[in-house]
Amino acid sequence: MTSQTVRANEAIVADPLATTRRASGIWRDTFRNILRQRNAVVGLILLGFLLFTAIFADVIATYPPDQVLIGVEEGVKKSSPPCIHLFGCPESQPQHIMGTDSNVRDEFSRVVHGARVSLFVGFVTVGVAILIGAFVGLVAGFVGGWTDNLLMRLMDILLVFPALLLAIAIVTALGASLVNAQLAIAMVAIPIYARVMRASVLSVRESDYLTASKALGEGPRGLLFRRILPNAMTPLIVAGTLGIAGAVLDVAALSFLGLGAQPPLAEWGSMIALESGRLFTAPHLIFFPGLALVLTVFGFNLLGDGIRDALDPRLNR
Amino acid sequence: MATYILRRILLTIPVLLGILVLVFFLNRVLPGSQCYALLGEHATPAQCAAFDHAQGFDRPIPVQFVDYLGKLAQGDLGSSIKNSTPVTTLLIQRLPMTIELTFYALFFATIGGVILGIISAYRRNSAVDVVTVAGANIGVSIPIFVLGLLLAYIFAVQLKGTPFALPPSGRLSPGITVIPLATRWGLEAMQGPPRAILDFFSNIYTFNALVTLQWAVFWDAVRHLILPAIVLGTIPLAIITRITRSSLLDVLGLDYIRTARAKGLDDSSVVRRHGLPNALLPVVTIIGLQLGSLLGGAVLTETIFNLAGVGRAVSEAIAARDYSVVQGFVLVIAIGYLILNLLVDISYAFLDPRVRLS
Repeated sequence: MTSQTVRANEAIVADPLATTRRASGIWRDTFRNILRQRNAVVGLILLGFLLFTAIFADVIATYPPDQVLIGVEEGVKKSSPPCIHLFGCPESQPQHIMGTDSNVRDEFSRVVHGARVSLFVGFVTVGVAILIGAFVGLVAGFVGGWTDNLLMRLMDILLVFPALLLAIAIVTALGASLVNAQLAIAMVAIPIYARVMRASVLSVRESDYLTASKALGEGPRGLLFRRILPNAMTPLIVAGTLGIAGAVLDVAALSFLGLGAQPPLAEWGSMIALESGRLFTAPHLIFFPGLALVLTVFGFNLLGDGIRDALDPRLNR
Repeated sequence: MATYILRRILLTIPVLLGILVLVFFLNRVLPGSQCYALLGEHATPAQCAAFDHAQGFDRPIPVQFVDYLGKLAQGDLGSSIKNSTPVTTLLIQRLPMTIELTFYALFFATIGGVILGIISAYRRNSAVDVVTVAGANIGVSIPIFVLGLLLAYIFAVQLKGTPFALPPSGRLSPGITVIPLATRWGLEAMQGPPRAILDFFSNIYTFNALVTLQWAVFWDAVRHLILPAIVLGTIPLAIITRITRSSLLDVLGLDYIRTARAKGLDDSSVVRRHGLPNALLPVVTIIGLQLGSLLGGAVLTETIFNLAGVGRAVSEAIAARDYSVVQGFVLVIAIGYLILNLLVDISYAFLDPRVRLS
């Protein structure tokens, strides 16, 4: 051990405000708790797989996702069922693990690239919703009084609409595109995070340790960022993880209705919409993107539930 | 009790006003949406200005808003830009189908969810419980349109020719027609609102067939509703199952349940007489909240199964870029949902004395 680390250790012992070490311990404990939840582990595995697919989509995909294979490949037909040479598909036919779609593109490559779109959609949509929602909830809870009342009544109005229908109304006003669909779904989700944030601010506002911090001379900024926000993190993370599942579902639904992702973008919802008329002749074009959607949403739901169970001591019965 | 109900109704008014403002803004203030929707992407600014003037969109916003409210009060939700059918007329034509579908979906979800939840909680950690919980997790993760298309494929293609085959589209098989109640009961001379109400209920086919005892029609209509109701009801079913299970588990851990067991009651009476009544309150809340997602999901379900309801009208209007219809429908559904939630809240006051006393 060098003298430098010894001195650093002494500094930590000497400094009564050295909470960083304890904090990382809490995070590590939390992570260990999460790994003890079967749901969370299955969710993490699914999402890890999804993330891997999204990052290495260019390597995994056998063709560019938008490439029309007519004239590129011999013997390729449109909407042909999966053909895997290993499983007895004749060598004379070109291999397409998930078949080809009605525009003679490789379905597997499109499904793989769809992982990128869905992850991006999920994280960005919920990210925007959390930023705005948390800010609204923070202001409402911290300031209180009529500001609180006004903001929360505004949130109530957004909550009164069935989420998908309000999103439809917003996208029809803004114009159909993936960005607008994300914006609409984010807007609809704002009240959820505003409520979560406000609830944790209120629960902390009257606590003894906050009074203690105030007495020790902590300014409003310090109170906010060092005392209140860290406490609100866990419920926000839980709501956010479950929210990503909902956002992926809803954006796919908007795309299915033609209000979200526009062709030729490889997005699962719009891929299914494009082929829904050929359900009886080419069901694989519904099945594979559908399965991808289900697994993605399932993964986020499981992880969200797992984190919640891990963080809620009452549930450890 | 009366004060509670009155206060609850008064609290609804600002929210209602907020809904009106929001829909009004979506409809009018966002730049050029109406003009481009009607005249196409390539409309010139001059054409748009003329259009805005003709529609009254160039007047001050507050004036337009008051005008909008005045029209709403007379039941005027605007008209379709494409074929100038009043939105109200479309709504009356299309609503019975949606009410029918939502009713069966919610029925399926509630009965199924409560039963599964009770079994799951009663046999906690058994194989049945594990399968139910896993199934509920998958149930909330399946997009309506994926489930709908897959079930349509299984029941209409794979099972074709077997007794389990179910029709994948429409409300009735070809050749089967529903006789309007007015004709059936010789009330064709009837006019005005009573006739409209009668026609409205005539269009709820299963109701019509049931009251006129047309069993063949009833069975055919039900067969056409089975798949859509299952598809629309799956997510609520999963949610209701989860809530029933966790709520019952919470209640079964309370002291008074231990007392009931201590005095020698057997397991099933403890659950039935002491556990369930207290566990079902959160379930009622959730059922009320599910209506919103059902109405949103109806857009997808009706589109997939080709059912001429409000949801399909919304998706048709989207495809035709007939946005005044979309927003008129959204407004009506939001208000309907608000009223339903108000009724759910008021019903608490009857179910739970703590609510009306707080």
